[in-house]
Amino acid sequence: MKSGKKRLALVGVILLGVGAAAALAFTAFRQNMLYFFSPTQVSAGEAPIGHTFRLGGLVETGSLKRHADGLTVDFAITDTAHRVPVTYSGVLPDLFREGQGTVALGKLGPDGRFAADEVLAKHDENYMPPEVADALKTAGAGPAAVTGRTGRLP
Amino acid sequence: MIPEIGHFALILALGVAAVQGVLPLIGTARGIPGWVATAVPAARAQLLLLLVAFGALTYSFVVSDFSVAYVAHNSNTEQPLVYRISAVWGAHEGSLLLWALLLALWTVGVSLFRRGLPDELVARVAATCGLVSIGFLLFMLLTSNPFDRLIPVPTQGRELNPLLQDPGLALHPPMLYMGYVGLVVPFAFAVAALMEGRVDAAWVRWSRPWTLVAWVFLTLGIALGSWWSYYELGWGGWWFWDPVENASLMPWLVATGLLHSLAVTEKRGAFKAWTVLLAIFGFSLSLLGTFLVRSGVLVSVHAFASDPARGVFILIFLAAVVGSSLLLYAWRAPAVAGGGSFELMSRETLLLLNNVVLVAASASILLGTLYPLFMDALGLGKISVGPPYFNSVFVPLALPLVLLLGLGPLVRWKEDSASALARALWPTAAAAVALGTALVVLLGGGTVVGVILSTVLAVWVLLTAGAGLARRLRKRGGLAGLFGLPRAYLGMVVAHLGVAVLTLGIAVSSTYSKERDVNMGVGESAKVGNHDFRFEGVTRLPGPNYLATQGTVRVTREGREVATLHPEKRQYASQSHSMTEAAIHSRLTRDIYVALGEAAQGDAWSLRIYNKPFIQWIWWGSVLMALGGLLAATDRRYRLLAEAARQPGAGGPSRLALAGKR
Repeated sequence: MKSGKKRLALVGVILLGVGAAAALAFTAFRQNMLYFFSPTQVSAGEAPIGHTFRLGGLVETGSLKRHADGLTVDFAITDTAHRVPVTYSGVLPDLFREGQGTVALGKLGPDGRFAADEVLAKHDENYMPPEVADALKTAGAGPAAVTGRTGRLP
Repeated sequence: MIPEIGHFALILALGVAAVQGVLPLIGTARGIPGWVATAVPAARAQLLLLLVAFGALTYSFVVSDFSVAYVAHNSNTEQPLVYRISAVWGAHEGSLLLWALLLALWTVGVSLFRRGLPDELVARVAATCGLVSIGFLLFMLLTSNPFDRLIPVPTQGRELNPLLQDPGLALHPPMLYMGYVGLVVPFAFAVAALMEGRVDAAWVRWSRPWTLVAWVFLTLGIALGSWWSYYELGWGGWWFWDPVENASLMPWLVATGLLHSLAVTEKRGAFKAWTVLLAIFGFSLSLLGTFLVRSGVLVSVHAFASDPARGVFILIFLAAVVGSSLLLYAWRAPAVAGGGSFELMSRETLLLLNNVVLVAASASILLGTLYPLFMDALGLGKISVGPPYFNSVFVPLALPLVLLLGLGPLVRWKEDSASALARALWPTAAAAVALGTALVVLLGGGTVVGVILSTVLAVWVLLTAGAGLARRLRKRGGLAGLFGLPRAYLGMVVAHLGVAVLTLGIAVSSTYSKERDVNMGVGESAKVGNHDFRFEGVTRLPGPNYLATQGTVRVTREGREVATLHPEKRQYASQSHSMTEAAIHSRLTRDIYVALGEAAQGDAWSLRIYNKPFIQWIWWGSVLMALGGLLAATDRRYRLLAEAARQPGAGGPSRLALAGKR
């Protein structure tokens, strides 16, 4: 067997490695946690201004407007109780459409407009992101709006 | 009628699995040869029954029998035949059936390629697989029967998700599942070793090739999924740190650790208990992956229908498998522990570090994947942990691993001299730094630290592999010895080169990718990177079960024609939304990627254009890794094991003799 000293050194090296990894993980963790807010929470002023978070709900029917540059779009995300106006520039995902669930990643401006860097819509047209379903339920949108098959990618 | 036969076969398979899981264990414990002998025929009978069930379901898809609910939900008469067949594993119930079938296939595989495996060990391995199979068959029959009938019978089925109607995705699940389920073999070997209380070189030689083959499938499965998401989703990304991707990466990392730890156990008899524990972890993580995908708890592109009953069942099953195997480990590990000693500067230490890093990486991914679930379950708010977390944890762990990977094979087992190593290797290290930096700067890469570091590491792996090869060839008298080298060694070299290629691909493509969303009228041009893209309008083209809007984009570079790309937007008859089909022009050093967005005013369209240098290297690196694994799995010494067993009079490979070779 190894002498005690060498074993100690080995254990030390491993502890150092694991410790470094853990430190790395926890720092990265604290910096990169993304909170989810519903339009109701945003209206109540619970969401931070100028920090990235995720906003989810339905794309309000009739709210989608395209700017003249052909790339920038304005729309509103609603949980049927409250709405938040959103601006996004870029190609929207295939499944993005009015009346469908979506999750946008971005920052809330002081004017109350959400500037999205990323807009997500899931792969199945009947899929409702669980957080969006919850947000709608909390806002009292009734079960009809929140049911729907989930995605089916193996 | 046919679906009922399938259903009946499933029920019978459950009965057979109960026999396979229980009788041989009692037989080996009590020394009843007749009961021990039930293991292999039971495993074969189970495979046969599951083949019948799988055949029945496939038949229902081929003839579009919409009275079967699962067929009606996932197929449609207009779907091409090949996608009617791949739809069998396109959703929840069928993919479980595939899981169970592959499990039976692996079990029978072990019984067929026994390589002199003693009857008792085969019985224990088959019994462990049988116990796992009971869980899966019960799950299928109680919560997700693929043969449930639908009344009234619809005249047309709901189509398979168009995203899945793609060759890449027809192959991805079976490959990935072969890998996932394949980890059951090292797991079963580990459980058998714990029962027997013995881990020796012979045991390693039996379980190591199986681990390698499962790992190869897992590698290919993950790579295929990544490649598919790259060309099919229209976002140009190849890895999203999606929880389900993580669920496949975690067992892969642990299986990679297991391969290296098995090497130490085979050659030096050390790390025995650790090897067994890793085998248990590997399979537990693949079960956890199944839980994450099937239970619907995840916010993921892969999420299936959330039926709480399913989630609870899998959670109980997971707890039973992991709990009982860890209990067995706690009880029996002292019996298998112990082994060769080694000095601080030795190959063992480096392989130990490899294991520590791989397990730490796996644990940090597990944290990032599960933490949001716990937060949500405890009502502490809805959070998600995005790619920045995973990147900032994974990359600093992976890069030192690549450094170790170059060093490891050059260090002697048991003891080496640090100063001698430093003397021998400093020119190689200096050359790697100089060459790597020069390559990046000369090829116009600028001075991005990440890219230079990755290139230096890739060159380091290349040079150290060359040095190792040269050292071996010198012993064998020059280049002629190349073909005499053991395949296990060649496999290692190829797989390690694969890691270098993968590292380069990731670093370069993620640093230098250029992407632009543009809005272009017919005849307008846009410049992305050093290529010009001219939009020439769209035409309509009918497909077998969709109508495509096809754009034409002419790509030139400094006036010279490069390619004409045809990105599509497909409208499937059964879906209300359209699907993006990106057009990609691949070269070894770059991909050009164009996806159609939406129609804007007049004849203008929004387009998404990417220029991604070296991105193909990511998948070529993965293919090299898989190839290396395959080479290693076919090493001569595993075949010798089989031949030795067949020789009359030799009495099979004496475990003592093999164990003595340490």
